[in-house]
Amino acid sequence: MRVGIIGIGMTAFRPSTPEYNWKELMFEAASRAYADAAINPREDVDSFITCAEDYYEGFGIFDEFVPDQLGAALRPTCTVSGDGLQGLANAYMQIQTGLIDVAVVEAHSKASDVVTLDGIIEHALDPIWNKPLGAHPFVVAGLEADAYLRGTRTSPKALAAVVAKNRRNGLRNPLAAYGAAVDADQAMQSEERFAPIRALDISNPADGCVVLVLASDRAAKKLHADPVWIRGIGWASDSPSLETRDWTAATYARIAADMAYRLAKVRRPATDIDFAEVDDRFSYKELQHLESLGLAKKGEAGTRVLRGDYDADGRFPVNVSGGSLGCGNVFEATGLHRAGEVALQLRGDAGVRQLDGVRVGVAQSWRFVPSATGAVAVLGAGP
Amino acid sequence: MTARISRWPGIELRAADLLEGKITQTRFRPDAKYAWSAGEAMSRFLEELQNGRFIARTCHKCQRILFPPRMFCEECFRPTDEWTFIHDTGTIETFSVSYLDTDAKRITEPILVGVVSLDGASPKMGMMHYFGEMTKEEIRIGMRVKAEWKPPTERRGSVLDIRYFRPLREGER
Ligand SMILES: [Zn+2]
Repeated sequence: MRVGIIGIGMTAFRPSTPEYNWKELMFEAASRAYADAAINPREDVDSFITCAEDYYEGFGIFDEFVPDQLGAALRPTCTVSGDGLQGLANAYMQIQTGLIDVAVVEAHSKASDVVTLDGIIEHALDPIWNKPLGAHPFVVAGLEADAYLRGTRTSPKALAAVVAKNRRNGLRNPLAAYGAAVDADQAMQSEERFAPIRALDISNPADGCVVLVLASDRAAKKLHADPVWIRGIGWASDSPSLETRDWTAATYARIAADMAYRLAKVRRPATDIDFAEVDDRFSYKELQHLESLGLAKKGEAGTRVLRGDYDADGRFPVNVSGGSLGCGNVFEATGLHRAGEVALQLRGDAGVRQLDGVRVGVAQSWRFVPSATGAVAVLGAGP
Repeated sequence: MTARISRWPGIELRAADLLEGKITQTRFRPDAKYAWSAGEAMSRFLEELQNGRFIARTCHKCQRILFPPRMFCEECFRPTDEWTFIHDTGTIETFSVSYLDTDAKRITEPILVGVVSLDGASPKMGMMHYFGEMTKEEIRIGMRVKAEWKPPTERRGSVLDIRYFRPLREGER
């Protein structure tokens, strides 16, 4: 059975949204998604999935606070404690069972509600083995960036090129919080943070919410929808141990991609796929992820970004949305935002940043430091 | 110990062993601080508490008066329509007599807690709070009660601006 995306709803991503609480933010994104799908959630949706981590929210059992603002009161609802793409995978599977015809996936960030964001991320480190060292959790990204640059002989200039490209792309996305005409020199000269990572290599937190509506092909037909199909989806986690990771490659992304490509019958990803939205919450991650997804050869992503291949008008556009560097780090909503962006491009609804003639796109997520978990979705235009 | 085991193998630990550092320990206090935006509906609600009154939202579709107020109706999934004040009197829907405090400490004078359906809101809408000026023998479901507010200068825009709900007095409304 085929499963497609029939509704896309997003709020703007903003550094902070003091005027709304997170429920009102969710209501806005949900309302947009249901209007886009032309459905009534009280009648047409069989299952609701929300993606959230209690520590980001600041209170426990977040699931219980979800139904009202999603139209899910007294309906089947559950929470995936993971990135939005993992939620998308769960909705996909629920529909594949045949029990559910229409499912909704929600993910959001209200990072501005978290006063001690670094403290929350630090709390994810192993309590006995790593945490007593007291290092800032982003050091984990510094370690990986260093290993990646050395292992692939990638120039630090490539990281600056990613920053400049994605911040610039953000200027063409009305939802982006951090679109800016940053040039590569500026990125290269920004303050050192976790060498080789500099200040501008790190995405800034943002608030926002994304809601997608999924349907089986039968339900999509009944609802007169024109879906973007989820051709394949996969997810994987590496060992949490920092000491056994590959560091150079994102193994979780490779395994997740293998699974998604197998389902989608993608044999040569570099030619079968037209564009990608990959996790770039640290600039090096974009390059590392592209290589692990088989979209660039090992060590080539850096030279290709410097050549302009990944520009919006390049040979293989990457993060035309602006990515997390341009749009902001929306935590668990990061992957779902990218899936939504790929779907908008495939529908031809991406506005001024619309790519020409794209048929297949890939969205990839990572669950941020210190995790080694990720998911991949291959989406295709109809019919 | 069980019927078959009179003694566990190994060395029993004493509290003193922990204090004397004989046990390896790791301590970590999460740096977890939040400042939640209350949002459009709850901000107005909290502001009105300082004025000593309850505000609700109406939904024109289901004709309900929603309390606490929200900007969307969870039944109809649509934006709510108007602000409206409701009363600070109501009826006890359910209650419990708590013999433990929030630290799970045994207390002799039990805490009376429960849910009040407020007058003017749709049925089964109101708030959870403490009860006062009544004994555990007197409290009952269906009892008519009224909010006992703190003096205006002590109100902070919190549900604790109400001390408790007390029995409605003769002639009061
Ligand atoms: Zn209603």
